[in-house]
Amino acid sequence: MSHQELLQTRFPAAGLVFSDFRDNHRVQVPKERLVEVLTCLKTEGGFDMLVDITAVDYLEYEDADDRFGVVYVLLNTSTGERTIVKTFVNDPDPTLPSMYPLWKSADWTEREVYDMFGIKFEGHPDLRRILMPDEFTTFPLRKDYPLKGRGERHNFPVITRSES
Amino acid sequence: MAVKDIPDNVFMTTLDAAANWSRANSLWPMPFATACCGIELMATASSRFDLSRFGAEVMRFSPRQCDLMIVAGRVVMKMLPVLQRIWLQMPEPKWCISMGACACTGGVFDTYAVVQGVDRFIPVDMYVPGCPPRPEQLIAGIIALQDKVIKTGTFNGREFAKRTVAMGPPPFDADELIRIREGNEQLPVLN
Amino acid sequence: MPFQVSDLAELDAPEKEYLWTLNFGPQHPATHTTLRLVLTLDGERVVKAVPYIGYLHSGFEKLGEDLDFNQYVTIVDRMNYISPLANEIAWHHAVEKLLDIELTPRCKYIRTILAEIMRIQDHLLNVGTCALDLGGFTAFLYFFTLREQIYDIVESASGQRFHTSYTRVGGVMFDVDNAWVDKIRAFCKGFRPVHEEVHKLLTRNRIFIERVQGVGFLSKEDAINKGVTGPLARASGVLRDIRKDEPYLAYPDFDFKVVAAKSGDCYGRYLVRMAEMMESLKIIEQAMENIPAGPINVDPETKAVIPAKPAVYRSIEGLIQHFEVIMPNRQAGSPREEIYAATESPNGELGFYIAGDGSWKAYRARCRPPSYIHFATFPDMIKDHQLSDVVAVLGSINIIAAELDR
Repeated sequence: MSHQELLQTRFPAAGLVFSDFRDNHRVQVPKERLVEVLTCLKTEGGFDMLVDITAVDYLEYEDADDRFGVVYVLLNTSTGERTIVKTFVNDPDPTLPSMYPLWKSADWTEREVYDMFGIKFEGHPDLRRILMPDEFTTFPLRKDYPLKGRGERHNFPVITRSES
Repeated sequence: MAVKDIPDNVFMTTLDAAANWSRANSLWPMPFATACCGIELMATASSRFDLSRFGAEVMRFSPRQCDLMIVAGRVVMKMLPVLQRIWLQMPEPKWCISMGACACTGGVFDTYAVVQGVDRFIPVDMYVPGCPPRPEQLIAGIIALQDKVIKTGTFNGREFAKRTVAMGPPPFDADELIRIREGNEQLPVLN
Repeated sequence: MPFQVSDLAELDAPEKEYLWTLNFGPQHPATHTTLRLVLTLDGERVVKAVPYIGYLHSGFEKLGEDLDFNQYVTIVDRMNYISPLANEIAWHHAVEKLLDIELTPRCKYIRTILAEIMRIQDHLLNVGTCALDLGGFTAFLYFFTLREQIYDIVESASGQRFHTSYTRVGGVMFDVDNAWVDKIRAFCKGFRPVHEEVHKLLTRNRIFIERVQGVGFLSKEDAINKGVTGPLARASGVLRDIRKDEPYLAYPDFDFKVVAAKSGDCYGRYLVRMAEMMESLKIIEQAMENIPAGPINVDPETKAVIPAKPAVYRSIEGLIQHFEVIMPNRQAGSPREEIYAATESPNGELGFYIAGDGSWKAYRARCRPPSYIHFATFPDMIKDHQLSDVVAVLGSINIIAAELDR
């Protein structure tokens, strides 16, 4: 049984949207059902590896309804089957449940999504900035943050030759 | 009192020239290797190119033992305080080579996190362009630096005391400042 | 930046005052580039290791939203800089999947050969520096000589010895010639004796074995649960290789084995890497025998591929085609879809998640970096080992800071 049939039988009225593009099989899940769907995929579907978590900021995307899309790429290591689970969150205060209890690989990937997009993961054991300095206040991969920054990269003391 | 009958194996020279000669030919590099250029630095030091032919192969990873810092690779916001601290820890006399486009100007990484040239924040003596520079080019940079040390160095480092202003471009881009003013944005302060 | 108080909360009991805190990095020779670890030590035993990363975060993914599909290849080059071409191939594999472009057979073969050469290049540096960190300088020098030959090979294909920027959407930048083929043949011939020599130096060397055997253990279940891929996972017994499981490029044509080990320690990883180099060499030798003739780029009618320079300068069609690809207002579009495509890079599964918004740029170019996922397993791997094992484990998991931080 493929994972699509599994999910259709388990969650008949959960509002899941299935789509295929090239060889990617995708499932769009409402935020409230995310934990159930991912737990079902792990325990019954055999998706034992969480390959990646990432997010997309749809602020400048035409006809987009929601602000952030969060993407979970899952892999079944015994059959080689892949699926991509996607859910949407919105401003203000975008929050999702953490997948750390299911897959340990969610630890750093969720921290990165938090660092870059400001999406909080409830239940994560250690959610703080990972790539940017702790003093940083904004989230650089959001579309409203400019590519060249807001001058933070120039804001350091200068050491001249005679001082050193 | 004039010195008479100097044996053939005794040379007379100035103290500055003797010090410069020995300093130039035994540079101890501190490889501040952050990215791609670090691999080319390794290639320069190993089999085919063999930096030891030019008297600069004693790589020491402790800044207190070195007199030449080679900044190889891009330096980002989080790393710059570390770079400055390591520079301050090195004993005088010391020199700095900025290796690669990213260390010189930021290179292709004109982004929010990358410092646009380390010479904005620490003094740099020699720039080696390239992305990354070939090992020959780095060797040429080191030879040019040796030349500079021999020509301008002094025994007690007097030439450094005169350089009281930063030598690189100013730390702010003009257009960036204008943008910040027009947008009424405040510069965030990082500690 | 001081480390967080929360990191030490559980160790802060009064009877544990004898614990030491040691800062390791970000500028330390054994980290190869820029990592930082805060280690809590009981004597020489590591009680807890907390990694701090981001000392080379340069905004790769933000740049991917600013540059078009061909331009961004120069940036992904600089991601895993000990095997640059593998990143280019992964990036354009994802882009071509998004645009639904099927490569020509000749291009597939050339990319496959270069991808395997990159795998050898990566493993050479990794094994060499691992030996160097544990006190064996000879293996490093032997392997660096081979790496210089590989630099020559990629230089004669692309013109640059390090960051090649060789692939393009729908093909590669230049065709290869016979001199390139001869260089690879000579490399294959010279590779085996050196590989044999290093085997003799390290594989049964007692000092080396005592430093790596049983150190940095990672079980199969942990490897899967933590998302570990590539040689690291195969050394723990996860039989998975994207080249076999989801074949791409010309890999279905070749006969090669997936190397795996059961031990899951640093020694197993070393052996897997050494054996993988030989398998890669086998692929290269098979591919060299029958590189198909024909064009290297897909049909120019697809409006996706940059024409050859002589055609641009000497024919109006070539010039127009060049314009169509280069000028921002004339460029073809991408589907308004999102795709995840992965390749087996030397370090593990290197995937790109691209969101297309109809333009010739990625709306979002996410890279799934293997180093990042692997480094997250480090604190558990090093727990209860000696301080000197930190270097061995770091060397064996092959952390590339630019890929780690992007």
